[in-house]
Amino acid sequence: MDAILIQILNGLDKGAAYALIALGLTLAFGTLGIVNFAHGALFMLGAFCAVVFSKILTISVKIKDESVTLFDAYKEQPYLEIWFGDFGAAIVDWAVPLSLLFVIPVMILIGIVMERGLIKHFYKRTHAEQILVTFGLAIVIQEIIKHFFGANPIPTPAPDIVSGSAAVGAFFGLSDNLVYPWWRLIYIIFSAIIIFAVFAFLKFTTFGMVVRAGMADRETVGLLGINIQKRFTIVFAIAALVAGLAGAMYAPILPPDYYMGMDFLVLSFVVVVVGGMGSLGGAVFAGFLLGILQSFASMNEIKSIIPGIDQIIIYLVAIVVLLVRPRGLLGREGVFED
Amino acid sequence: MKNLFKSNAVIMLVFSAVVLTAPIWLDPIGANYPDLLQKFAIFGLFAIGYNILFGLTGYLSFGHAAFLGVGSYTAVWCLKLFTMNVFLGVILATIISGIFALAIGFISLRRSGIYFSILTLAFAQMAYSLAYSVLTPITNGETGLQIAADDPRYLDSMLGITQQSEGIPSTHFFGFDIKSMDGYFGFYFAAVVLIIGFYISLKIFRSPFGLKLRAIKSNQTRMTYTGFNTKPYLLAAFVISGMYAGLAGSIMVAIDPLAGAERMQWTASGEVVLMTILGGVGTLIGPLVGAAVIKYLENIFSALNNSELTNIFSWLPEAIQTATVYIVEPFVGKGWHLTLGSAFMLVVIFLPGGIMEGFDRVKNLFGFGKKKSSSEGEAK
Amino acid sequence: MNKTMLEIKGVNKTFGGLHALSDVNLQIVEGETHAIIGPNGAGKSTLLNCCIGKLIPDNGSVTFNGRNMIGMPPHEINHAGMVRVFQTPEIFPDLSLMDNLMIPALASRDGTIKFNPFKSMGKEKNIRDEAMQSLADFGLEKFHDQHAGSISRGDKRRLELAMGLIQHPTLLLLDEPTAGMARHDTNATIDLLKSGKMGEMTKVIIEHDMHVVFSLADRISVLARGHIIATGTPEEIKDDPKVKEAYLGEEQEDE
Repeated sequence: MDAILIQILNGLDKGAAYALIALGLTLAFGTLGIVNFAHGALFMLGAFCAVVFSKILTISVKIKDESVTLFDAYKEQPYLEIWFGDFGAAIVDWAVPLSLLFVIPVMILIGIVMERGLIKHFYKRTHAEQILVTFGLAIVIQEIIKHFFGANPIPTPAPDIVSGSAAVGAFFGLSDNLVYPWWRLIYIIFSAIIIFAVFAFLKFTTFGMVVRAGMADRETVGLLGINIQKRFTIVFAIAALVAGLAGAMYAPILPPDYYMGMDFLVLSFVVVVVGGMGSLGGAVFAGFLLGILQSFASMNEIKSIIPGIDQIIIYLVAIVVLLVRPRGLLGREGVFED
Repeated sequence: MKNLFKSNAVIMLVFSAVVLTAPIWLDPIGANYPDLLQKFAIFGLFAIGYNILFGLTGYLSFGHAAFLGVGSYTAVWCLKLFTMNVFLGVILATIISGIFALAIGFISLRRSGIYFSILTLAFAQMAYSLAYSVLTPITNGETGLQIAADDPRYLDSMLGITQQSEGIPSTHFFGFDIKSMDGYFGFYFAAVVLIIGFYISLKIFRSPFGLKLRAIKSNQTRMTYTGFNTKPYLLAAFVISGMYAGLAGSIMVAIDPLAGAERMQWTASGEVVLMTILGGVGTLIGPLVGAAVIKYLENIFSALNNSELTNIFSWLPEAIQTATVYIVEPFVGKGWHLTLGSAFMLVVIFLPGGIMEGFDRVKNLFGFGKKKSSSEGEAK
Repeated sequence: MNKTMLEIKGVNKTFGGLHALSDVNLQIVEGETHAIIGPNGAGKSTLLNCCIGKLIPDNGSVTFNGRNMIGMPPHEINHAGMVRVFQTPEIFPDLSLMDNLMIPALASRDGTIKFNPFKSMGKEKNIRDEAMQSLADFGLEKFHDQHAGSISRGDKRRLELAMGLIQHPTLLLLDEPTAGMARHDTNATIDLLKSGKMGEMTKVIIEHDMHVVFSLADRISVLARGHIIATGTPEEIKDDPKVKEAYLGEEQEDE
């Protein structure tokens, strides 16, 4: 029982990242008809926003380390600590959560620039061309990041207070040995909030209604004389924002490197297909489902029966789903079924 | 006159002459060394084959690097188990990658459009992950598969061929050492295979089969109502292009006998797509041009560094020189992929027909070639 | 009386809750030109789609020269001899007109599957001549090396007719062959459909334009709200009060 619970939890945090990326992908595909291979790069950019933000906060001076008495030792101390004392230290410690304030405007801006500058010219082109141009863009973004930050992963720690593990077992009245890192728990809750917010936005605002109508029948909405252009830009910005938020919060779990977007992109595309192209609920559901399946497949008990299953389970599921139920698990009949 | 240029024999003669004299006419631009020339031939072959699928049918596969990998592993195993003569490995690699392509294509072609792309992507990623993990006994995982001095080589020992010297033996083609002639033999070997590959591609392009494939790209639905069962045609194109990939992979091994899983990664598949697009999708020679351009630029750009850039721009005033070097530097050396990505975007945005379309445009601009404007359809 | 070539019996087709076709019965007799008319949304296109395998009827049967067509894939129906000419020109826009005609010609010769990757198109003299002849018959030979996507809409429709005809079908299904054409083009098309091989061929024509219908049809069936309400000679149909009510009345108001 403990083992199962811990596997589910392990799957949930990865699944949450898949779900958030897939949500943005689906939003862009369903409303704009754009297959965005640069979406993984947006996730990566979000993570690097967190990196940049914490780097800014930790701009330091070298001062003499008084605790070392044998020889002259120096340590780095952030200006914020020097200026504001404990409060400054707390800010530095909370860099990742605080970086969200930085991520939001930056990602929205990136989303708008990307849509205005590139994506909008590709609405009428074929899917193949969309894939190719966004694939090129993904490489460009990746290489720019590599140029400035190097190829190595950059550790970006979570705040001290949540860097430990939560006694999940005790909470559920199970074994005390069952613990789970706090930050991952926070990530799961965070992604739930984002997903909820996106759904609420689509459900309860007029803007959201138009977007949903657009996903159901793009042509008709175009005929209604609604200013589609502006809405498309906003939808794309939202998709970029969701990916960016997902990336920023993921930084403490997986130290960001320039390539992380590509890895997540392929998996997220698979998630979108399994969930059903153009189905937001499907993207979220499939994201969590595949995350959990992957987590179970990496259990030693399972791996000893089917070696290598942890590596391929997601692709295997995708292949089976595409062949048996091409519209995806929650895809509507006749939508993007070919 | 025109017909003369269009005949297969003339095209093949010109093509062969151009390819075989490449060491001469590529010398002035600094591309005349075996290592690079071999890359032109190998990736050209890969791209020409890929073009038979993507260029003719329009089906965008993101998994063809997997077949290249399968071909490479097969060829290395042939060298290990049977003989250091690369002939057997090349043949077997082509056949086995064809079988893989048949299986993967059969399933992937149940869907079309973006779903097809994602299915091929999924298969290729599966192959890549497996090569790194469970299949380590076959692929030797991260280290990569290599030949060793004490490999059995049953066929060689059966025929009583023993190696003269100690250490790792070198590959040969019926006695001719691939590395002989300062490595140029390797290039000529690859070049001959390329010429054969190009000939087959030319035949396919000009056959009823090729015409049907192009018709599928243009309007697949109409094809079914015209009385064609399109799936077998698509599968045939998929298998042929997979075999080209496997062949290219085996030539890599013939020249440098090792195989690694990184050859199968989906970004490697992306690279061949890129070559095809850059050169010109659906044109005969375009993919080869694209492959050569990319490999050439990679070679030039990735070798440049800060001090060389400073030299190159030394004729500029110092302030501008520093600024130029600062701007250009990210694009060269380790940042070569940035150039690649940017070039890729520019081509897709401004020149979807690739370099070949660029040629045509320039040709029309100066009044060569067919005048399109006079024969434009009467607009109503 | 000639023998029945196509027999549609008790065909029903619903989309969601909508009855597109209900209990449609129709016989097409060898040698005749049979027009199917009816107001928009009457189910004419659905009926054609059920014949050529694009749609599968919910129930009922479609028999062509004694063979059951239901569930047969479109490419086999084509080879059985039933060929459809589409309303919106379905051509190969990226290929030359010549290629557009060689494809159906190859289909008739090669069957549903034939791999000939090493045969040269240059050696396909018969196919080439046939295609050129067909282009000439339809007055399109001057465009032979142009992309089919670049010619005018009227020319595209003629091209499509040529593509259908080059397959020597036993039954030609024409979906509004003159829709969107100017009057003189319409007349030219009528003449084309009446003359020579085309004239003798068994044809089913879906058409809005009464002028076309009465110029061509030997028999007419009227489809309204998914039902065949009348079948008969043009004179019988003209005088049928049910038809007047359902169709001709509205149509005359339009004109």
